[in-house]
Parts: sequence; C-alpha cells; structure tokens
Amino acid sequence: MQGPEVLLSLNSRGLLAFEHLRLHKDTQAQPDGAEVKESVDGDQQQDEGEKGEDGESDKEEVGLWEETFKSHTDTKPNGPTSISLDFSLPGVEHVYGIPEHADDLKLKTTDGGDPYRLYNLDVFQYELYNPMALYGSIPVMLAHNTQRTMGIFWLNAAETWVDISSNTTGKTVFGKMLDFVQGSSENPQTDVRWISESGIIDVFIMLGPKPSDVFSQYASLTGTQSFPPLASLGYHQCRWNYNDQEDVKSVDQGFDQHDIPYDFIWLDIEHADGKRYFTWDPHKFPQPKEMLQGLMDKKRKMVAIVDPHIRVDSGYKIHNEITSKDFYVKNKDGRNYEGWCWPGNSGYPDFTKPEMRAWWASMFAYDQYEGSMENLFTWNDMNEPSVFNGPEVTMHKDALHGKWEHRDIHNIYGLYVQMATAEGQTRRSGGVERPFVLTRAFFAGSQRYGAVWTGDNAAEWDHLKISIPMCLSLGLVGVSFCGADVGGFFKNPSTELLVRWYQTGAYQPFFRAHAHLDTTRREPWLFGPENTALIREVIRQRYALLPYWYQLLYQAHKTGMPVMRPLWVDYPKDTATFTIDDEFLIGRDLLVHPVTEEGSRGVTAYLPGAGEVWYDVHTFQKHNGAQNLYIPVTLSSIPVFQRGGSIIPRKDRVRRSSTCMENDPYTLYVALSPKKFAEGELYIDDGHSFNYDTKKEFIHRSLTFANNALTSNNLCPNCNFLTSSWIEKVLILGASKPSKVLLKMDGKETPVDFEFDTSMSVLTLRKPGMNAGADWTLLLQ
Amino acid sequence: MTCVHLLLTLVFAVSLGTPVEIQGPRGVPLTSIQFYVENKPFTCLDGSRTIPFDRVNDDYCDCKDGSDEPGTAACPNGSFHCTNAGYRTMFIPSSRINDGICDCCDTTDEYNSGAKCENTCKELGRKEREVLQKMTEITKEGFLLKQHLIEEAKKGHQEKQIKVTDMQENKKQLDEKVEVLRTVKETAEQPEKEAKERHLKAWEEQKAAIRLEKDKAKMAEAFLELDDNADGFVSVSELQSHAELDADADGTLTETEAQGLMGGAEQVDMSTFESVWPNIKDKYHSEVSREEEPAPVETPPDEVKEPVVDNDSEPYPEDDISEEEDEDDEDEDDYHEDDDKVYHTENLSKNIEKELSFDFGPDAEFTYLYSQCYELTTGEYIYRLCPFNRVSQKPKYGGSETNLGTWGSWSGPENNKYLLMKYEHGTGCWQGPNRSTTVKLTCGKETVVTSTSEPSRCEYLMEFTTPAVCQEPANTDLSPHDHVEL
Repeated sequence: MQGPEVLLSLNSRGLLAFEHLRLHKDTQAQPDGAEVKESVDGDQQQDEGEKGEDGESDKEEVGLWEETFKSHTDTKPNGPTSISLDFSLPGVEHVYGIPEHADDLKLKTTDGGDPYRLYNLDVFQYELYNPMALYGSIPVMLAHNTQRTMGIFWLNAAETWVDISSNTTGKTVFGKMLDFVQGSSENPQTDVRWISESGIIDVFIMLGPKPSDVFSQYASLTGTQSFPPLASLGYHQCRWNYNDQEDVKSVDQGFDQHDIPYDFIWLDIEHADGKRYFTWDPHKFPQPKEMLQGLMDKKRKMVAIVDPHIRVDSGYKIHNEITSKDFYVKNKDGRNYEGWCWPGNSGYPDFTKPEMRAWWASMFAYDQYEGSMENLFTWNDMNEPSVFNGPEVTMHKDALHGKWEHRDIHNIYGLYVQMATAEGQTRRSGGVERPFVLTRAFFAGSQRYGAVWTGDNAAEWDHLKISIPMCLSLGLVGVSFCGADVGGFFKNPSTELLVRWYQTGAYQPFFRAHAHLDTTRREPWLFGPENTALIREVIRQRYALLPYWYQLLYQAHKTGMPVMRPLWVDYPKDTATFTIDDEFLIGRDLLVHPVTEEGSRGVTAYLPGAGEVWYDVHTFQKHNGAQNLYIPVTLSSIPVFQRGGSIIPRKDRVRRSSTCMENDPYTLYVALSPKKFAEGELYIDDGHSFNYDTKKEFIHRSLTFANNALTSNNLCPNCNFLTSSWIEKVLILGASKPSKVLLKMDGKETPVDFEFDTSMSVLTLRKPGMNAGADWTLLLQ
Repeated sequence: MTCVHLLLTLVFAVSLGTPVEIQGPRGVPLTSIQFYVENKPFTCLDGSRTIPFDRVNDDYCDCKDGSDEPGTAACPNGSFHCTNAGYRTMFIPSSRINDGICDCCDTTDEYNSGAKCENTCKELGRKEREVLQKMTEITKEGFLLKQHLIEEAKKGHQEKQIKVTDMQENKKQLDEKVEVLRTVKETAEQPEKEAKERHLKAWEEQKAAIRLEKDKAKMAEAFLELDDNADGFVSVSELQSHAELDADADGTLTETEAQGLMGGAEQVDMSTFESVWPNIKDKYHSEVSREEEPAPVETPPDEVKEPVVDNDSEPYPEDDISEEEDEDDEDEDDYHEDDDKVYHTENLSKNIEKELSFDFGPDAEFTYLYSQCYELTTGEYIYRLCPFNRVSQKPKYGGSETNLGTWGSWSGPENNKYLLMKYEHGTGCWQGPNRSTTVKLTCGKETVVTSTSEPSRCEYLMEFTTPAVCQEPANTDLSPHDHVEL
C-alpha cells in the first residue's frame, strides 16, 4: 500500500496452496503434524494446477507418488510437495523478467496456453516466442507502470511455473481509452501465479519505486554482477572446435593478417583427451603451454571448456578423486548417479556440497590443471545439468544431493558449478586476479560469477532478433554480462546475417562468435574483403568503446544497474518505450537499434526523451528525442546514438587486443544537451586484478560540461592508481565556435588548439594532453 | 640484368642508408622520405591538408590518411616502415607501434613501450636465405625432375596412343575369332548358351551379329530336332508334330497349314529350311526342355564398391560364369579365353582412353601421378591420396575406410589452376555435407603427402609436394650476396 493505493496484493485470488507433507499411505495414513504447515488464512482453495490436490481427500490421483515421462520414472518418495501463491498487481500492464525464455521482453499473458516454465534444460534447437524452459532460470519478475517499478523474487530452485493474466488482454488501445474516458470499468491489473514443485514459499517483494531502486534492492539480496577482467569485454573467437595447436595458431595469425582485434580464442570439448576435462588431447594439443605462451606473447588469452559431467574412467584423476571423496550425486538408491554425456558414461559432482566446490576450485591450481597458465580461462557448459539419457535430457528428480532430492535444487545446480569454477580461478592467483567464467545454466545470483550466454541458438534472422530481448530480460534481473553466439550456433549463416550479427553482438555485453562442429568455417576474413572490412570495422567500434563498457560493468558491479537496458529503465514514464525490444540502451547514454531484417533498407528507431537530443555516433547528426526516426541503412550501417547530455570516453586507437590498448590515450565524446550540458564518468584500473577492491587502486572521475567548461573531478579522492593514459582529443557535439580554448591545470592556463566543423557543430580540441587521472578544466571562451 | 640491378640498389642503399635513417621521421620508408622535409610545412600525402612540420609524429593524428604519424600509433589507418637491416623491410599497421609486442626484427616499432625486444634481423635474414637457398635447390632439382616427367609423359602418351590403335586392331581380330568359335559353340548345350547370352548382353556392339548367329544355330538345332528320321529333310509330317506352330490356334497343325509354313513344299533340306525358319521360329518349341532365361548379371553399383585398384570399369563377372560351367570342353575354353581377351582389351583400351582424357597439366607433367597412391599416417588415421581418382581416410587401429572425395577438378587460382586439386562427393557426413578434399600442391623433389587437416567439418585439406609444380628457377644465384647486410 502507498496511501490509499494498493500496489500489490498477495493471495487475492486465493491461490495460495501447498501440499501437506505426508507419508505414503502404504506406510502410514496420518501425516506427521510437525511437518504440516498451516495455510495462512485457513481456507486452502482447490488447486487448479495439475500437480495440485485437495489435502483432505483420500482419493489418490495418478502421479502423486510416482510419475512417468517417456521411459523415465520419477519415484517421488516424498509424494506431492508443490506450492503456489498468486500476486495481483493493480495498475500494472507490463511485467518483465523470469528468464530464460526465447520470447519478447514484455511477458505475455498465459491464459489458454502454457505458463512460463523455469526448469534448466539443455534444449536442442530451441523454439522462439515460446514460454518453454531453457538453460537457466531466474525467478524474478519486474512489474512496471509510469508511477512505479516493483519486483517479485520467488526464491525457489525447484521446477517452477509462472502464469500471467491481465484484465486488459485483448483490449484495444481504443477500448482502453474508452474505459479511461468513461472513468468506468476496472483499473488495469496483472495477476501472476507462481507454482513450484517443492520447497517453501519464500518471496521477496522489491518495492522500487524507481527501476534503479528495484535493481539495488534485488542486488542486496543476490549480489551484483561480478566485475570482469577488461579483456573479457573484447571480442571472443570461438568454434566447436579449433582442431589443434596449429589451427589455433593460424586463426590467431589470421586476426593479425587482417588487422582485426580479438582477446580470447576458445576451445570446445574436442580439446580435452577423450572429453576428460582438465586434460588436453595428446595428439592435437601436445604442448598447451607453448600454445598459451604464443597467445600471451600477443597479449591474448584462451578459454577452454570444463563441463561438470565427469567421465567414469578409473584412469582419470578427476574421476578417481571425486569417487574416493564420495563427491558424486547419488541416485535414489544411494549409488553414484551415472548418465550419458559427451564422454559417454559420466558422473555428476555434487556442486551443492561446499567441500566438493572447494575441491573443484583446487583443481584449477596451476600444478593441478596441467598445461594451464594465467591466460587460460574457463567455460562451463552442460551444467543444467545435461544428461543425454535422462528425463528431458537432465538429471532424474529423485537423484540425491545428500538429503536433498535433485528436484529441490535442480535450478541452482548450474550456479554452483560456475561458482566453484570462478572460485578456482581466483584462488590459483592467490586471490589477486579476477576470474572469467562463462556459464550456460544459471539461477538468481549467477551474476556474481561471470558471464552468461543464450545457449545453442541458430543462424537465422529470428535468432538474431531474439538475442536482444533475451539479454535485456537477463539484465533486468541482475545478469548484465550476457551475449548470444554471434553468427548462430547451428547452421551456416548467410554473409549478410553474419555481418548483421557482428554489428549487433558488438553492442551487446558479451561478444563472442561461436559455431557448431558441422558448420563451415566462418572466421571474419572468410567472406571476401568487403565483408572482412565490415566486420573489422564493427569490432573496432567495440574496442574503441571498451572504456565505456568497462565503466558500465563497474557500475553494474557497484549498484546492480543493468548494462544493456530496455529503454523504459531510463524513460520510466514514457509508455511508448514499454514494449520496445528491437533496440536498447547501453548504460544511459548509447542507444542502439541493430538491423535484424534481411535485406533491410531502413529501420525506424524510437528516440526517447521529450526535449532531449540524440547524436548519430558516426555522423554526429543531431536528432530530437520522443520521435520515431526512420534511418536508411546499408550493409555498413549500425544505427547508434549518443544521448545529448552525456560524455563517453573512448580509446580510438584500436590495437590487436584490449591489453595492447592499456596505456593509450582517451578521446572524450561530449554530446551536449539542448541546455549545453553534459556529464559522464571515467573509470580506470589495471583491468585484471582485485586491487581496485582490495587496495583501492583505481581512478574514478566525473566529467562535467557546464557553463562552457569541461571539468574532471575526482570521485574517489582516497583512491590511488597511476595511469599513463592521457586525453588526446575532446569532441564536443552540438557546440558553438569559441574564440579560444584554455586548459586550466595545476594553477596554469594554456591555450588549446581546436577545430570547428560548422556543418555538424562539432568542436574538436586538439591534443589537450592532460593525464587521464588529473584534475583539469577546459574553458571555452 | 638482375645482378646489375641488385648491385645498383646495393650501392644506393649503402651510400644513403645510414644518414637517411637519422634525418627522416620515424617510420617513413626511403621512397617517401622526400615528402618529409625538416622545418617545412608537411602536406598530407593525400593532399588533404598542410600542417606545420612539428605536427609530424607528434602523437596526434592530423591527416585523414595517417601520413603525418608514420612513427606513432595515433592514426587508425597509418603504417610504419621498419628497415629491418639484414632482413626484409616491411610495413606494419601503426597500431602495432609501442603495443608491447615486437613486430619489427630491428625493434624499431617498440621504442617507448618498455617491451624488451632483441634485434633478430641478422638471424632471420640468415634463416631466410637458408630457406630460400634450399627452396632454390629444391626448385632447381624439382624442375629437372619435372622435365623428366614431361619427357616420360610424352613417351607414355605416344605409346599409349599406339597401344590404343593396336588394341583396336587387335580387338577386331579377336572379335572375328570369337565369332568363328561362337558358331561352333552354338551347338553346345543350353546352359552354356545362357552364359553366352549374358556375354552378348555386355557385348553391346556385337549384339545384332551374334543374335543372327544364334538364330542360325537355333535353326540348325530345330532342323535336327524336326528331322526325326534323320534323313536330312524336314517333312510336313515331321513339322506337324509341333502343334504349337498351329496358325489358326485351333489346337492342331493340319497338313495344309504345315505345308503352308513350308512354302508349299513336302519336305525341305537344311538350306531350304532357312526360308521356312522365319515362319516358325517365333512359335517353335524345342523338344529339349528350355530353362528360364537367366537374369542379367548384376554388377554392384559404383557407389557401394570402393575398389582399391584404381579402375573404374566394371569387373568381368567371372565368378558367375564359372558356376554355370560344369562341363567345360575345349571349344568353350577357347571361346571364353578369347572373349576374356576381348573384354580385357576393351577395358584396357577404355582405361587408356580415359587416362588420355585427363588434364595432366600443360606438359602432361602430372601423368606420373595417375594410378599411384600416396599415404600419410597421422595420430589417428592413415590418409591416402590417389591422384585423379580419390582421397580416403582409414583409422589406424582398424575400422572401415572413409571416402573423402573422388576426383573433381583442378581448382587453383586463375593464373595457375594446377596448384589445387579438388576431390568431391565423398561419404556423406552425419547432418553435414558430403566429404570433400582440397589438395594443395607445392614444389618438392619428392612426391609426398606432407600434411592433412580438416579445417571445417568434412572439408579436408591435404598438402602434397611434387616436382610437377616446380617452376623454372629464376636464374639468380644468392651466394655472392650472402655477406651483404643492408
């Protein structure tokens, strides 16, 4: 409640339900009173869900004590355990979140269809615009209207279903207006119902009221995005598989030959000896350190896959140790659970055990993980967990993690895998270096351990499109470091699709190209010089913007603000933004409308903000806010706009990897608002260690343009970090021509050369030259 | 000419080299040095603007073409020239200046990054000269070998042409001989006839003639059969015993009807029977019970068979025949022997004709690869390249062979298509394309497969050395310049 206004009401539809735990009637009829939880208002409603059942009835329903799916039988020794609760959101028409689904950003009502399902599954060639479960689950929903943003966090790791209904569904805009004019009828309302297969009802309500409040409220519960190494924001080149060391070397050289920057090359499952993770195929990768050293010499890095299924093989150290320490998940009979995965018969370490995770982490030590070096990082795939011969390609629900059934913890298994892996990477450096771990499965809180990608997509235009709402949904519930396989994993992309995908992926947080084993090679230079040039150009744009990306990740780490955002997050009162998911914001200041249509000749981008202006980042052309702008496009166009009122630091000297750019100077892009104002930030640290945190070794500055003066102020006076980077250039968009420009620094004033482009009103300050960490003011007179 | 030219360059470089290096701005090649004149305004090489000279290499990009910053990383499109004395000069993108990675062997690209670079130009130069020298030797020897190959191919070609002509002649003779023998054979028993029929089928061009022969034999046979009293004549009554010859289909062959068939004669001798035979042969049933016509011999389809021998023609179905030949006699042996010879000759000539149809290069220098196979054993597989035929892969430790493609075409670049071979339509991949292999040919003294890889799923790449692609070495000798280090 806020004043007389009801914000949210629980159980208003009376769908609060839970199963009384009881013993199987074969053994005892009377449930143990101590375990029974009483219904809040005493009158438990008849459950309409398929798992529901009237507790008082003696009538046995099929499936209460045993369920069969295809050839699999779930023994359900505890019988039915499901829980449910409904939430009513008066005044709300837009709800978001509950990833992972390949669906629009704005959640749809599920009346007459399947509810949104949250159950981590390895889905082969997933379908789009569908509430089916995918690889990860974050049971967090955001509700938004022009007045308020709220969140519901249903903390439950069992299989969960979410039903959404709305009293405005099907009503036309006209109908809604009519309601409004007549003052009659009902207030719009969205009703949501959560159902989980087991566990307790444990719900957090984030009350907002601003979107940023919801993000920080949720972050206070599950943590914020881990602050990744700077290099991991660069471009990643992946393929199932780079065949051998020679292949890795030639791909690496290919990037140099074609002058395309990249930071990470990835190895998929074929790199390991018989899919025994932590090992190397002796024929294909006989000298992993030599290979890693070769990459290190070019200041580049590698990621090798480590999946959580462990080959059952008495000649395999990892398997033997897990067996001897009794760390495997058990089946219902208490023997080690075994299933089929890439290596064949495999065991699944019980990552819910802290001792198991500690041991797993220790396996990443340089002396344990043979052939590893400090520039080798990790990728956890198949951690739903994927079990090829299990029900729905995952683990049997009656498998056991200690006392807990797999059904109770299923959705959090993948989180623990990534947690243990990231911990291992941190530990191998004695806690000095930041880890980088990519995961496919995730749960609420996974943001603390690394990056997430949207799994095995396909080389189709619709998959390119869906990558936007999929990552936007993840960003809203804490996971900022998100990306989709550039090019599409399955099938071969057309050249146009590949180029467009690079242009889209370069403006999404995690930027990795990946391809299936059966596809033809698609390194960026294999499609003719024109297309190589297009791809080179967009990767360079990515690298130039790395300072901005890095600063946004820092902000996400500190505050929980998503990096890649729907427009409504920054324009919460503009209803026109509420359903937009074909364009997005990067931070507050960049608006991207990727071209995701084949043969497109133009796109219509919505530029938000009445009274605001946006500048095309390529041409510096100024456009007014709160308009739908038609932009003609060619294959080289990537519609990106900088918000008037913002300052974005870039490193325009693009080199072959992000690490090579460490000491390079900055160019400040100052985009003035109509009131001739702009602000921004600059964050600098060593790019890879925890020293920013443990030793306050970073530079954090505010940049403000007001009253014809651009000033850099220290946001962290007690921080200490020295950079050799300096300010080589300042571009002021929307400026007028000054008569002179002075740099005020250390009590001295020195004139600065400048140029003014009248046609676009761009003022360029030539080589002011101050250190990026210094206090200074540039005066336009 | 070349020597003179080299010498001139040498003199030029030696006389100007060192002082120019000091005077010119960093990263400018000798050829452009005249555009950078100390203390004179510099005009961007694209002519776009003119700037004071102190803005050249001042670590700020003024020219759109990057020409004002040849020695810094300031321009996104600049390039830096390393002299690399002792090795080859080169241009690197200016983004590699002071990036902490040593790119120029003379270390000049890392003058302010703290990277510890060593000058490796001498070593690289020495190595390169070694490699070049080796390559030159290889090319030289390879080219000599190639000449032999061309010679041999020429000879071989002529021989084969003659052979083909010979064989065609030979075949004619054989064909005649076969016909003679055949006539004798026609009198033999039925199963043999069937075998013969099969042969006839295969022997398309002779079919008609043989059919005639056969017909004659049948006629003779029929005559003998009909001539019940063995008097050398077939009479009306003898013919009447064959009710199947009844013309009006009333079940009986009347005397009139029989006489009609015999052209009104009472009886006919062997030679007159020839004119009677066409009237009755369609209906005539031999008294010897006739077996079913044999099914045509099935030759397994091409795709299934993977002959190890490089021979695309269908094999002679000897097995099938021998089964039916329970009682051989001399004639039969002779007949088959010669018929075999016909086949053999035919195949041979077909093969040779096929061989002659291949594109073995401008001078037929690739001829020697025909019907050869080359193997390479890797960690897991044995790869086998049979040029102009197929590429295959076999697991080292047992398992069946996989076809990685059959001969497709030369597919090198336009200026020399003989540098790449394409083998296509190999065994299909699960959920993927048919396997194919590209064979990259490089000059070498020996003919060997040097490496294989699978860059894309089911698309193989094989490296293959052969003297056949060795180009005539340029007539230069590197040794006199060995001591020169620019």
